[in-house]
Amino acid sequence: MALVTALLLALGPVAWAVGGRLAAWGTLGLCGLGSLIILIFLLAGAPPQTLSVPFGLAGQPSALALDGVSAWFMLLLMLVGAAASAAMLDEAAWPTSPAMPVFVGAMALTLLAGDAFALVAGFELMSLASFILVLTDHRSETTQAAARLYLGMAALSAFCLIAALALLAGHGTSFAAMRAHPPEGWRAWVVLALVLIGPGAKAGLVPLHVWLPPAHSAAPAPVSALMSGAMTKVAIYVLIRLLFDLAGPAQPLWWAGPLLVMGIASAVLGSFRANMEGDIKAVLACSTVENIGLITLALGLAMAARAADISALASLAMAAALLHILGHGLFKSLMFLGSGSVLHHAGSRSLERLGGLMQRMPITGACMLLGAACLAGLPPSAGFASEWLLFQSVLASVRLGGLGLQILVCVLAATLALATALAACAAIRLIGVALLGRPRSAGAAEAMEAGPPMRWALLLTSLAVVSIGLFPGAVLGLAEPALGLLSNAGMSNRAGILLITPVAEQPGYPPVAVLALLGLAGAAIAAVLRARAATGYRTGPAWDCGFGAAFADPRGQYGGGSFAQPLRRVLGPALMDAHDSLDMPAPGDTRAAIYAVHMEDPAVAYLFRPVAASRAWLSTQADLMQFLTVRQILVVMASALVLFLAFVALVEQL
Amino acid sequence: MTAIAGLLALALHLALMLLAAPLLIGLIRLIKARMTGRVGPPLLQPFRDLARVLRKQPVVADGTSWLFRAAPIVLLTTTLAAAALIPSFALGMATASASDLLVIAGLLAVGRATLALAAMDTGTAFGGIGASREMTFSVFAEPAFFLVVFTMALLAGTSNLDAIATLVAAGNLGLRISMALALVASLVIALVECGRIPADNPAAHLELTMVHEAMALEYSGRYLAMVELAGALRLLLWMSLIGAIFAPFGITPSGSVAPWLWALGIAAWAAKTALMATALALFETLRAKLRVFRVPEMLGMALLLGLLAAIFLFVSQGFA
Repeated sequence: MALVTALLLALGPVAWAVGGRLAAWGTLGLCGLGSLIILIFLLAGAPPQTLSVPFGLAGQPSALALDGVSAWFMLLLMLVGAAASAAMLDEAAWPTSPAMPVFVGAMALTLLAGDAFALVAGFELMSLASFILVLTDHRSETTQAAARLYLGMAALSAFCLIAALALLAGHGTSFAAMRAHPPEGWRAWVVLALVLIGPGAKAGLVPLHVWLPPAHSAAPAPVSALMSGAMTKVAIYVLIRLLFDLAGPAQPLWWAGPLLVMGIASAVLGSFRANMEGDIKAVLACSTVENIGLITLALGLAMAARAADISALASLAMAAALLHILGHGLFKSLMFLGSGSVLHHAGSRSLERLGGLMQRMPITGACMLLGAACLAGLPPSAGFASEWLLFQSVLASVRLGGLGLQILVCVLAATLALATALAACAAIRLIGVALLGRPRSAGAAEAMEAGPPMRWALLLTSLAVVSIGLFPGAVLGLAEPALGLLSNAGMSNRAGILLITPVAEQPGYPPVAVLALLGLAGAAIAAVLRARAATGYRTGPAWDCGFGAAFADPRGQYGGGSFAQPLRRVLGPALMDAHDSLDMPAPGDTRAAIYAVHMEDPAVAYLFRPVAASRAWLSTQADLMQFLTVRQILVVMASALVLFLAFVALVEQL
Repeated sequence: MTAIAGLLALALHLALMLLAAPLLIGLIRLIKARMTGRVGPPLLQPFRDLARVLRKQPVVADGTSWLFRAAPIVLLTTTLAAAALIPSFALGMATASASDLLVIAGLLAVGRATLALAAMDTGTAFGGIGASREMTFSVFAEPAFFLVVFTMALLAGTSNLDAIATLVAAGNLGLRISMALALVASLVIALVECGRIPADNPAAHLELTMVHEAMALEYSGRYLAMVELAGALRLLLWMSLIGAIFAPFGITPSGSVAPWLWALGIAAWAAKTALMATALALFETLRAKLRVFRVPEMLGMALLLGLLAAIFLFVSQGFA
């Protein structure tokens, strides 16, 4: 695996030198090979591997390690990497960037890291490579703005991650040394906060999720797929590694609090914003925020159950998190690749310019429909299986603590259901407006099906998604080592090939049986129809209550804005400060009336704008320094020196 | 023996559900007509309507995709599958172990989502308005329903409907305030999910107020028959669900094959359903439809009731 990673990293410069499609072909080959190695590793139940490599901090080797947890994420990374690079082969649609293999390789390095140095190196290389990839279309103003915001967030992540690792690495930078000396007292607080801000921002947790929609919209579709499907999960991996593994075997109960709160906030805000965005890739990015929220929520429950020493519940919640990580990584990649195909062949990302693509792009359409069913959490899809596990762990977690916690769990349950229902609404809106109905622009009316590489990427990813949906228990079997490491208990007695249950020996969710039931019911209906009903059909203009002529313009259909209007009116004021304004000219005035909708993400309104404003204020204040006289400047310098010396003396004293 | 009993009960249950669903619609229409001083259609009119539209060749709107034609089949399939999971007159059917409440809710959600997509596919303003409103309602109905599931799962220790009904039928849970609150919440959710007054008017056919009918507007022939049958089945399914959770009186216990017990179970189920149908007809005659934006408020009330149900349970039982 280390070899595959090294080759991926090396492929970047080589592909840059050679040019052409080498980067995409090479990534595809290496990711395919990597998936095979990881599958064999997981199926064989091999023990954790470690490797020392001669690159590290001055004079020291650096350690690489592969255990159950990193192998699970590596499997996802390799599958998504293969799908994205296969789609990248569609040369006409995207320029093949040499940063692509470096991006995948850097993520692999992060997952393989066995000490702080390798982890930071991989994480930073990953940020850098993805920054270059976001800038692919660097001539556009919006892309530049998105990339700047992304770089700022990446710098914040890096700062927090390095600081957190420094606090953990008091007795050596290797993971083993950190594990042996878990943080205590104020260090634990600070580590938790730094991890939630650093890798949390990279994963897209509220309130640091603002970079996702612009960055995902700006990047080419395979890159968005990698960022959403794999990179946010790598950030979650770092979060799990630091909080669940390196911070010691048990944490106090309150550690779960921030995870639960940030998780549920991300889930609700992300899924609501997904209903409001008008750009299909921004919709998908917001839905990523929601799903990261669900994963974090499950992690929070696992953390709480670990603190209460209920390993059965901890493993249930952890299984929900891991299954959702794999499932979401794959079906979100599927959706992003599909959206790229739509963008390239129908010429727009805007919901208001699409429509009617299901007939013209049947394969892309069907694959996106499958992805949307997963996003909406409909049985028997992959999304339903993991959300079912998550709901079951929420149900079981009332036994964790006193009345206060129980009421919190109860509210959590309702909010979680709200978030998943909002996600379903967003998925229906996305498919209904973008792929169904009548085309809203000439580009959409003349759309063609995607080329063979993209079709294969979509179909194979769909196959993986379907198999996770139908055999979640078997897939969880692969996560058994990870579950053992993270929650001291497995799911082997509760996750079989045909059934997953929250408690052993109890009824649960049998996906194959549900599918069989649906198949039988469908067959019975088809038989009755064949025997009794009239055959064939005629086509004619839509009836539309006789209003067909009045709404003949395709823009008379429901669009993205109108579909979400009831939700915006009911939930918008509370969640995103939504309000309408009407600028009506006076009678006789010939200018146009303007009806506008105003909405703002609370994170922008209450966090980013105040921070930006205070930065501007600080720089204005600092500007005053330039106008000081020579004497005043000397006074400032001298006092700064005195203060610094005093500080040093004070620190020496302590 | 129990396996055969389970299969037999399932077959009888499905046959009864499919027969009773149009009958239920006919009964409600008849009672409503009588209460408003009209003679009303005969009880079997829905059967005749179904047979009539089934024989006609459907007209499909121009420019629609395969999804529009597949949607009625998916809708009816998922509704039928959900119906197979909900016990009506007997517990321990062959599908009992899969009858998870979340799976049932999920199957109904598949049907709802499919119909909404099909409505969007027609590319008409009415289709869009119906889909948008239906999905908006579901955003508020799902949390409320999940809290009901939550309460019942806390009481029974599982979210499996058959297990919950078995416990309630055995009288192990007694009478509880939580269950009463959850019952009211479920009734509100059921009214909205089935598109009845006050959330939607099943008799509306040319109004901006309609929700479910707006989605089904472009369907004709066998497609319309399937959508109508699925709608009727959904109403019966919700009534059976509420009956099974909150009033499983007379229901045949699991594994029993005694014919008189089955007869008793069927009679009890028929009586419960007829009672609920009468109550629904009475309610619909007395109440007007709410404005669309009042429906989320009504569902919010159901949500609060569900929350109260769970909290009452915590306070009274002190789970720890």
